[in-house]
Amino acid sequence: MATQVNDIYKIAAHHRFQWEKAQDCFVILFPEGMVKLNASSGEILKLVDGLTLVSTIIEIIKKKFPGVPEIEKDILAMFDFALEKAWIQKTN
Amino acid sequence: MAVQNNGVSSSTTSTQPLWLLAEITYRCPLHCAFCYNPTDYDKHTQNELDTKTWIKVLNQARDLGALQLGISGGEPLLRDDIEIIVEEAHQLGYYSNLITSGVGLTDKRIDAFKKGGLDHIQLSMHDITEEINNFITNTKTFELKKKVAAMIKDRGYPMVLNVVIHRYNIDHVKEILEMAEALGADYVELANTQYYGWSLINRNQLMPTKEQIDHAELVTNQFRDRVGNKMKVFFVVPDYFAERPKKCMNGWGEVFMIVTANGDVLPCHSARVLPNMVFPNVKDDELKGAWYDSPAFNKFRGDEWMKEPCRTCPEKENDLGGCRCQAFLLTGDAASADPVCTLSPNRHVIEQAVLDAQNPVLQAQPIIFRTDKNSKKINNGEEKDRLGKFHAVP
Repeated sequence: MATQVNDIYKIAAHHRFQWEKAQDCFVILFPEGMVKLNASSGEILKLVDGLTLVSTIIEIIKKKFPGVPEIEKDILAMFDFALEKAWIQKTN
Repeated sequence: MAVQNNGVSSSTTSTQPLWLLAEITYRCPLHCAFCYNPTDYDKHTQNELDTKTWIKVLNQARDLGALQLGISGGEPLLRDDIEIIVEEAHQLGYYSNLITSGVGLTDKRIDAFKKGGLDHIQLSMHDITEEINNFITNTKTFELKKKVAAMIKDRGYPMVLNVVIHRYNIDHVKEILEMAEALGADYVELANTQYYGWSLINRNQLMPTKEQIDHAELVTNQFRDRVGNKMKVFFVVPDYFAERPKKCMNGWGEVFMIVTANGDVLPCHSARVLPNMVFPNVKDDELKGAWYDSPAFNKFRGDEWMKEPCRTCPEKENDLGGCRCQAFLLTGDAASADPVCTLSPNRHVIEQAVLDAQNPVLQAQPIIFRTDKNSKKINNGEEKDRLGKFHAVP
């Protein structure tokens, strides 16, 4: 069930995504656990709002980080990983 | 609590507290035989922190980086200021968790928690049978727990059930998981009893056999295969039956900070059993100094304190020598290897404990339930003989 460009994701129920000043990173919080995200994962998940297409997110990130090779592949892989971990869920 | 990175990069080591556990009261309507609270808790029921001080604690810990807040006890609902604490925690950006037996949870209170921004409620369950629920908790709470589970679900909370596993319920793990499924649980923690506090002195009455544990784990895995992602099941392995100790608290003073009912600041729930330690107290000390500078929090950080065989052990990073409290309680030396480790020269203590728990004469001794009366007796030295059998004398 790999991520398609026309998928729309939202942060999974019972999960919270937020910026943490003290840790200087984005985190995902959920019952009994938390994940500290690296900078690129944080930038991607920040755009996950239950409304925006994955293709749009890819375009935004591409503009933000121009010239990064295979960035689209990395973003799709990140979504697959987040989906498998149940941090995000599909809305469509 | 699982602290993970996302598998892409970033460090998992942190010198900031990520988790604050507020053991807000030691008063409890239940009398569980397996409670890990200190057996001398009666000393700490009269000097609980007030609401204002808890608010200060929440703010200071949040400034240090704490994110996950557990509101625990005893039974936190015995305090009438949980609503205020929950609201403050939410405003500060904590992911907050009320850890409760369910006793005292009314519609009015759960609605106030929801409104205040409480993120989840962890409910303790004990068995599928009324008989064992009521026996092990020494209360009549079986029907209430089902009612509370329904209230939690009804408010749209994730349903997190915690079931402490012991000799009396371990053969019901399949049925317990099925009950959790029927209640709509999202997370179930099957927490095999760890032997501290009350559970330590009741170890001969609580510890199951290796065969029972193996069977329970098999049943759990079969259940996981069937339900898949719908329900997350954690099976906390009982360390007495393992070959290596647990990485207790994810490292001393690494991730967890506990503030007790009377304001002591601890790196782990049972740290006060350790000798010659002075713990900071929020009435006199700032949490920042407690975390970074106090001798207590620095005592077992890193590996400088280790003795052999831990010091030169190639596996030392995996478990950091195990649990300091268990090492002290069972060997008399807090800096020795956790005796659970098969490389520990004291491993025989664990093997003897497993044998003792199968000894019918020892099994037949009465359970000492967690009651104010029993705690007072222990404080008065009346249970010295019983305690002495489980605590090594340094």
